[in-house]
Amino acid sequence: MNIAAAANETLAHNSNLLVYSAMAVYTLAFIAHMAEWVFGSRSKVGRTAAALTAQAKAPAAVAVQVAKQGGTAVLERPKVITKAAAGSREVPDGPGAAGGTEKGDLYGRIAISLTVLAWALHVGGVVARALSVQRAPWGNMYEFSTTFAAVAVGVYLLLLVLKKNVRWIGLPLITSVLLDLGLAVSVLYTASDQLVPALHSYWLWIHVSCAILSGAVLYLGAVATLLFLFRDRYEDKLADPAGKQPGAFASSVLERLPSAASLDKFAYRVNATVFPLWTFTIIAGAIWAEAAWGRYWGWDPKEVWSFITWVAYACYLHARATVGWKGRKAAWLGLIAFLCYLFNYYGVNIFVTGLHSYAGV
Amino acid sequence: MSTKTDTPRDPGPDSGAPDARESGTAADLGAAGSQLSTAPAEDISFPSLGPIGWARWFWRQLTSMRVALLLLFLLSIGAIPGSLIPQTAIDPVKVEDFKGDHPTLGELYDKLGMFHVYSSVWFSAIYLLLFISLIGCIVPRTWQFVGQLRGRPPAAPRRLTRLPAYTTWRTDAAPEDVLQAAQGLLKKRRFRAHRSGTAVAAEKGYLRETGNLVFHIALIVLLVAFAVGGLWKSEGGKLVAEGDGFSNNLTQYDDFKQGPFFDTETMEPFGFTLDGFDATYERSGPQKGTPRTFRANVSYFSGADGKEHKTAIEVNKPLDIAGSKVYLLSHGYAPVVTVKDGRGKVVYSGAVPFLPQDPKNLTSTGVVKVPGAQTKDGKRNQLGFQGFFVPTFGGKGSGSMFSQFPALDYPVLTLTAYHGDLGVDSGLPQNVYKLEQKNLKQYKDGKGTPVAKMMLPGESMKLPGGDGSIKFEGIKDWASFTIAHQPGNGLALTGAVAALLGLAGSLFIQRRRVWVRAERVEENGAGVTVVEMAALGRSESPRLPEELADLAAALGTDAPLVPDAPAPTEDPAEPADPADPADPADPADPSEGARA
Repeated sequence: MNIAAAANETLAHNSNLLVYSAMAVYTLAFIAHMAEWVFGSRSKVGRTAAALTAQAKAPAAVAVQVAKQGGTAVLERPKVITKAAAGSREVPDGPGAAGGTEKGDLYGRIAISLTVLAWALHVGGVVARALSVQRAPWGNMYEFSTTFAAVAVGVYLLLLVLKKNVRWIGLPLITSVLLDLGLAVSVLYTASDQLVPALHSYWLWIHVSCAILSGAVLYLGAVATLLFLFRDRYEDKLADPAGKQPGAFASSVLERLPSAASLDKFAYRVNATVFPLWTFTIIAGAIWAEAAWGRYWGWDPKEVWSFITWVAYACYLHARATVGWKGRKAAWLGLIAFLCYLFNYYGVNIFVTGLHSYAGV
Repeated sequence: MSTKTDTPRDPGPDSGAPDARESGTAADLGAAGSQLSTAPAEDISFPSLGPIGWARWFWRQLTSMRVALLLLFLLSIGAIPGSLIPQTAIDPVKVEDFKGDHPTLGELYDKLGMFHVYSSVWFSAIYLLLFISLIGCIVPRTWQFVGQLRGRPPAAPRRLTRLPAYTTWRTDAAPEDVLQAAQGLLKKRRFRAHRSGTAVAAEKGYLRETGNLVFHIALIVLLVAFAVGGLWKSEGGKLVAEGDGFSNNLTQYDDFKQGPFFDTETMEPFGFTLDGFDATYERSGPQKGTPRTFRANVSYFSGADGKEHKTAIEVNKPLDIAGSKVYLLSHGYAPVVTVKDGRGKVVYSGAVPFLPQDPKNLTSTGVVKVPGAQTKDGKRNQLGFQGFFVPTFGGKGSGSMFSQFPALDYPVLTLTAYHGDLGVDSGLPQNVYKLEQKNLKQYKDGKGTPVAKMMLPGESMKLPGGDGSIKFEGIKDWASFTIAHQPGNGLALTGAVAALLGLAGSLFIQRRRVWVRAERVEENGAGVTVVEMAALGRSESPRLPEELADLAAALGTDAPLVPDAPAPTEDPAEPADPADPADPADPADPSEGARA
């Protein structure tokens, strides 16, 4: 067990400065993203994309070719023809926030560059905090929130680096990050300090880091799920020209998003990938609880809500494969599951007293 | 969870379920697409009359995915109240407070079992039904899967062009050689492959279903471990003052809970002595008073004549001893007092644990009971003292009798005294931290105010009428421990690890089938071999065509392409847009992680 080391005041101060600077740059990135969406809305491409969307609905079975090699290589390597499963809507992805406009794209790129800068400052802030207290910077809600946001942005940037089509997450992500950090520095702020003995364990590193990473990735899944619900309704309306058509604003925003099928698939992959990690988080927590409190499971409010979150995601994964539940209903379950995660964090820490009450608020 | 998690848009005709409207290719695939998933069929038809029909219908409903989903959902909703309403198992005092504050609601909650949600009938009913549903699903799936493992991958469908990924080319190599090469290639890539007619059928990714089954069986193991832990556990609390000891014996515990099957006759012989307690607290800042070090130094022994060992028990480091674990629970102070009676004889001397009323700064209350005291005339005059102890007194001017800090900076013991009958002779068990005041009289001074004194260590208080005195000698620490014996922990851990591995297998491994057909055709008078390859996965994955392309390229060395191959499809709608792969937005495909 560490002997109570005085928290390094200078480093703690610098950490705060870095977090505030990161927030300022995130705000700029937010403005740039807004500009991207605004300029993108003037795009002709966007309109055309909408038209294409409507058209593409008509033919059901479209063969899409995946040519791994082009040109002469075709001679050595036969082409593979793929066929989409029948029944799925063949809607192309939207052109993205910039809507294919040069100006929109420029602002989008500026936004991403600013996000990278802000993230660097943000990570600096988290690391400085960790150094100032000489431990994992996850001892209270302020530290958890700042790290959470840093990991969410980190995962997003990683997906961008891997050339995944995730630029559409930019605006909602930066908005939530600003909200999260705003809450952290105003309401949840806790001065840099040592931990209570119950937290002195290497399980802090394992259990809490997994909880943060799962949450950050589940967040991305939840954003995709939410957008899926909007986009799916939008596509439904387009598919039924006789019915009520989406409004101009809704069209302008939704037509630029990836197709409902892509959003759904993205959300599923993200959630399914991180579900085992969330499972592990709970198991690691149980092992730690066994060492700290004498039982691996005691229905403490935090344990209960981790369990509820887990079951809710299990529901989502099952529902997505069940006839009559896949699609929108499963998406609602996915959203509810993420709300459970959120409640487990804010709700349980603030409103419910239990053994996990280290919130410092 | 994914026993029943069948990937969306399963191209296979899962026993012609309502899915059929979504699987246009199913009819063409026949057996080739069957049983790629062993998920239960959805059955929403109504039963024929008769009890057996109804029973069968009920069973089918219970084991159906829809009902399992409903039960899962109910389970998560059912768990909510237990986190919001105080639970007897966690904090009985809070439950009583709640009942006092809300009498009507409290009664209603009591009837609904809301104060013990997780052992209530309705909560148990949900999870038991869920587990029955689970078993009803796993058993047939396991048999089906075993059947598949013993059988062979299904033969190639007639028209491979109908499959989600397809490729073809012409070669001069003989069909026999191509098929042999294909079989070798697929086997090398760890497919199960066999020849059937003019084609090779292969399948890979059985670990997906294995993982799926392992995961769900592991959940049952976890439930069993939970039950074992509940039935055979024992848990007791013991408060030990510095220098005192404990040995594992029912009479030694302050309180003791046991599962229905725990045998108190055969408790393991072990014990320990509290040598000292180290506690340090944050001295400044917003978290002033928060404990920083918290360590009980003990000497312990195990077995009837075990040797003593020294160790420290900390909050996160229980002592593992003879199948039980000793956890450090809390810490407090025990003022050491010496009581002399009217005759001047020392009738009590020792440490008296006081219980903290304020967990932060340890303002504590306690009582001293002296049953053996007499007056100077030799009359029975039992003495009782009641009061509180503060480790850091704020000073006379502070106006507060509460402790200002948890460490022993300015310890003060304040007592009032009683005499008469303590009621300890009646044989009824008594709370050692409370005075039974029924037959006691408080000592008062001439003006009628109760006698009380604030004492520093070394000071004493005289009782009126020469009835004796009490001296505050000093302070010892005490620590309270939970001694828990919980079998089934190993089983629970095994179950948890198995569940995790199974889950990873079932989510990250893709099950897929590949067929290779090679047939000789006569073309312009010359014979040429047409090679066709096709792949089918449980889910629509962008990796499937990639893998097929890889396999085709590898097979190309044994069956080189004849350049002037005609268009590979019978479908005239040749792909127009090569730059639009199915889904560029995909991050790592979770169902593909473990490709060999």
